[in-house]
Amino acid sequence: MSLKDVLSPFLAWKHLFSPPVPIKKPLEREGAPRYRGFHQNDMESCIGCGTCETICQNAAIDMVPVEGIETTDGDSGLRPLIDYGRCCWCALCVDICTTSSLTMSNEHTWIDTDPDVFRFVPGAEKKPWDKNELGYRKPENYELYPTGRTLMEELAPEDRDKSFIEIVKGYSKEQAIKEADRCVECGICVATCPAHMGIPSYIAAVRNDDMEEALRVLYETNPMPEMCGRVCTHNCETVCAMQHKGDPLSIRWLKRYIADQVPSEKYKEILNADKVEQKDKKVAIIGAGPGGLSAAYYLKNLGYQVNVYEAMPKPGGMTRYGIPEYRMPYDQLDKDIDYIKSLGVKMHFNTRIGKDINFDQLHKDNDAVFAATGLHHGRSTRVDGTDHPMVFQAVDLLRKVTEGKTIEVAEKIVVIGGGNVAMDIARTLARFQNQKYGKVQLTLTSLESEDIMPADVEEIVESREEKVLIEPAWGPKDIKIEDNKIKGLSVVRCLSVFDKDGHFNPRFDNEETNFFEADMVVEAIGQGMDINYMTDTLKDKLEMTETRKVKVDTFCQSSIPWLFVGGDIIGGTDAITAIADGHRAAKGIDKFLNK
Amino acid sequence: MADINKYRDKFPDKNPDGTNIIDMESQKFIKIWQGPQHPGITGNMSLELIIQGDEVLECKTHVGYLHRGFEKLMERRLFIQNFPLCIRIAVPEPDFNEYCYAATLEELAGIKIPDAAEWMRTLILEMSRLTSFLMHLGGQAGAFGLGVVAQWGNYVRDLMLDRFEEVTGGRVYRMHMPPGGVRGLTPDGFEGRMEETLRSIEATMRDIDKTMFDNAIFKRRTVGLGYIDPAIVDQYGVTGPNARAAGIPKDVRKDNPYLKYPELDFDVITATNSDIYTRTDLRRKEILLSVDLIRQIMTKMPKSGEYMAKMPNVLHWKIPKGETYVRAECTRGEYGYYTVTDGSGYPRRVNVRGPSYTHAVALMERLAIDCNIADTAGLMLSLHTYPPEIER
Repeated sequence: MSLKDVLSPFLAWKHLFSPPVPIKKPLEREGAPRYRGFHQNDMESCIGCGTCETICQNAAIDMVPVEGIETTDGDSGLRPLIDYGRCCWCALCVDICTTSSLTMSNEHTWIDTDPDVFRFVPGAEKKPWDKNELGYRKPENYELYPTGRTLMEELAPEDRDKSFIEIVKGYSKEQAIKEADRCVECGICVATCPAHMGIPSYIAAVRNDDMEEALRVLYETNPMPEMCGRVCTHNCETVCAMQHKGDPLSIRWLKRYIADQVPSEKYKEILNADKVEQKDKKVAIIGAGPGGLSAAYYLKNLGYQVNVYEAMPKPGGMTRYGIPEYRMPYDQLDKDIDYIKSLGVKMHFNTRIGKDINFDQLHKDNDAVFAATGLHHGRSTRVDGTDHPMVFQAVDLLRKVTEGKTIEVAEKIVVIGGGNVAMDIARTLARFQNQKYGKVQLTLTSLESEDIMPADVEEIVESREEKVLIEPAWGPKDIKIEDNKIKGLSVVRCLSVFDKDGHFNPRFDNEETNFFEADMVVEAIGQGMDINYMTDTLKDKLEMTETRKVKVDTFCQSSIPWLFVGGDIIGGTDAITAIADGHRAAKGIDKFLNK
Repeated sequence: MADINKYRDKFPDKNPDGTNIIDMESQKFIKIWQGPQHPGITGNMSLELIIQGDEVLECKTHVGYLHRGFEKLMERRLFIQNFPLCIRIAVPEPDFNEYCYAATLEELAGIKIPDAAEWMRTLILEMSRLTSFLMHLGGQAGAFGLGVVAQWGNYVRDLMLDRFEEVTGGRVYRMHMPPGGVRGLTPDGFEGRMEETLRSIEATMRDIDKTMFDNAIFKRRTVGLGYIDPAIVDQYGVTGPNARAAGIPKDVRKDNPYLKYPELDFDVITATNSDIYTRTDLRRKEILLSVDLIRQIMTKMPKSGEYMAKMPNVLHWKIPKGETYVRAECTRGEYGYYTVTDGSGYPRRVNVRGPSYTHAVALMERLAIDCNIADTAGLMLSLHTYPPEIER
């Protein structure tokens, strides 16, 4: 210790002449560009998946309904409410947000005397920082879950374009678990699925490798998982929250994975099928398609005596007679149906109601009737030349292929239609052309432009891979016939298909024309229903909707109390809707019979 | 200075084993409570002192004022959800919790973090050390009445918090190291601003040298006080600057190198006197070393590249059964996380080894004896403890 030690501290006094360090106006100090300040939420892109709520370890986020936001497919209608009494500004909610709609501004001051205002819905309640461009955003290349889909192995185009072997190979266990891991369990898909399947639950079961639980979840709402796991229109995937940052989850393939894993002989044990108490009441089901089979399954599980009448020699309806084998192998379809049969559902094939059995008789013998007869009547474009013998209906051809009959295959073919049936027949015919001529000369033309084509995207892609030429946005004008032989189809440019009210009202540009050479034309522009099996008195009593579909209530009950109707004839568009109808009808019939 | 020792041997009487006989009925002794709020510590903790005159004869430490059950809370939260939770265990230096927690999970789950993320983590940890030292220096000075050093220390610490804000978006709880990597690299122009901050710190340190380390008052009060015998360093689990000031070169950055420390050029600083002055002086040198290390990191670290490993979905991230211990050198010594996983989506056990536990609880009880009441706060500070990490 020295004199220096006594004097040196006085050096601090030199700072008397330094500028002061405090920030004069702290409230105006701007946060750094990455500052984690008050939340912003883009209401338009937010889908209310609630993943922010799930990850918040402080339970600071609640999903609440917000005025002006409607619940729609793909949007729960809820928005996050953030409680700043609990929030710790960790920004995990921003990181996990599936749509990247939730962000944080760099604003950090908010003064109010009312403590309740600090619970607020960002985006819905206007705040000064809503438009702040600075603040914490999810960094690029930084993800808290994998965004890419686990691809399923498929046969290469050259390996599949001549045969009807199933194209997709199915997931391995590792692939399925990896894909199931991506699910954030938001449940947006459940609301959209017509059958409201417990999708997050069965995906969780896949993740935990618990196939029995997964199968139980599937059968709660869908007794045809092998079929749906292959050919479902997967509305669930089109709304999947994961698609906003990457690919949607492969929900359909995961369902197939579950059904493929469990051997059919274990179904009864897993699903507790033997413990059902049997009842005396009888229910007749017309049509062994997905709707009829679904109703049969759930009615049988409620203990009813169920008889299914099917006009065709085999069950499955359109899923057997409309979908080619490369998409829906018959043995897998049989696995679903055989299980339903094994529960004691009586099936009568080659039995056409109205011809082999009178409808009145059917009513007399049963306590209730469920009709799910589908749409089997191909519609025609009715342009000149459609009465030529080389003009076919897609559904007729597909049915014949399933039945094993030989169909006409010309060297050059035009298919009219842009839906999945058009794709099915085009790809089927392309395979036959390959077998017969060694090359594909098939043009598929549709009214719709490619962006609004009703067919699944993968169908379009795979059709092209199989050398089908797709010519969208053309309207058929007439079929050129020379010497009683088809020369081709002349078409005009279709400008739009629907008017501004959304009604079917195509507009054409007659100046722009085209000609597709062909020896054979196939029409696949939709199907109509045929309910002539009902007696006339019954048909008169049956109320119809404006679009000429049978009118039913929530439980598929028609205006005739004992008659329940479901599937495509009430306006359904796909197998899963029919399955949902069958399930609802089963509940409705149970209610009706226990009144 | 009156020679107090000539009265010392009269009171109290000794037991044969050398311990004091303290008979509270004799009215020669007073028991006082210092705390739970007192200037000696960043947080809440009590000292139960038995004094004679103003001298401490016995000291008992009491904790429990900050117990929030972090370790138990962690067992009930998803792995990712613990990332914003664990930082609260050490408020002035939270990043070591983030790092150790993330590192244990990465090790157990077999995740390799990208190179840039390792550099970024090294930078954050070193910045964190620097801010913690600066805060401590202010406290240490304040405990001996040198309030102005506390102001200066906290001012330059604030400048460093500005840099934290730029990189991480947070000033106090940075939350930049989720398991799997980091949330981003340095923004544009960061180097220049960092250099400016480092220069401010160096300038302030020169002032502090004059006002604190060349200060008669500080020297008179701290030299010779709070001596940690090198022999008890291992016995009491003393680590960090407390051990290094006793001449034991313990430094996890050298002993068990982690992140990018092996690529940095530095020596372990040690001293011999092991009193408060030596420890404080050692921390002053550590501040300057930190400044140097940050400069090295800024030159060597990549400015772009991957900084986050490919993570599984963190909402149902399960980690295989296992256990591990990861440690790092924080300002106070060895900071470690012992994590046990059981294959589920939650940690089975997380045990936080904060250096404050050994320093504040056991060591303080020994060092406080014979110390003056007025010096207990300074003594406590010289051990550099943060109570929340004592009671996780």
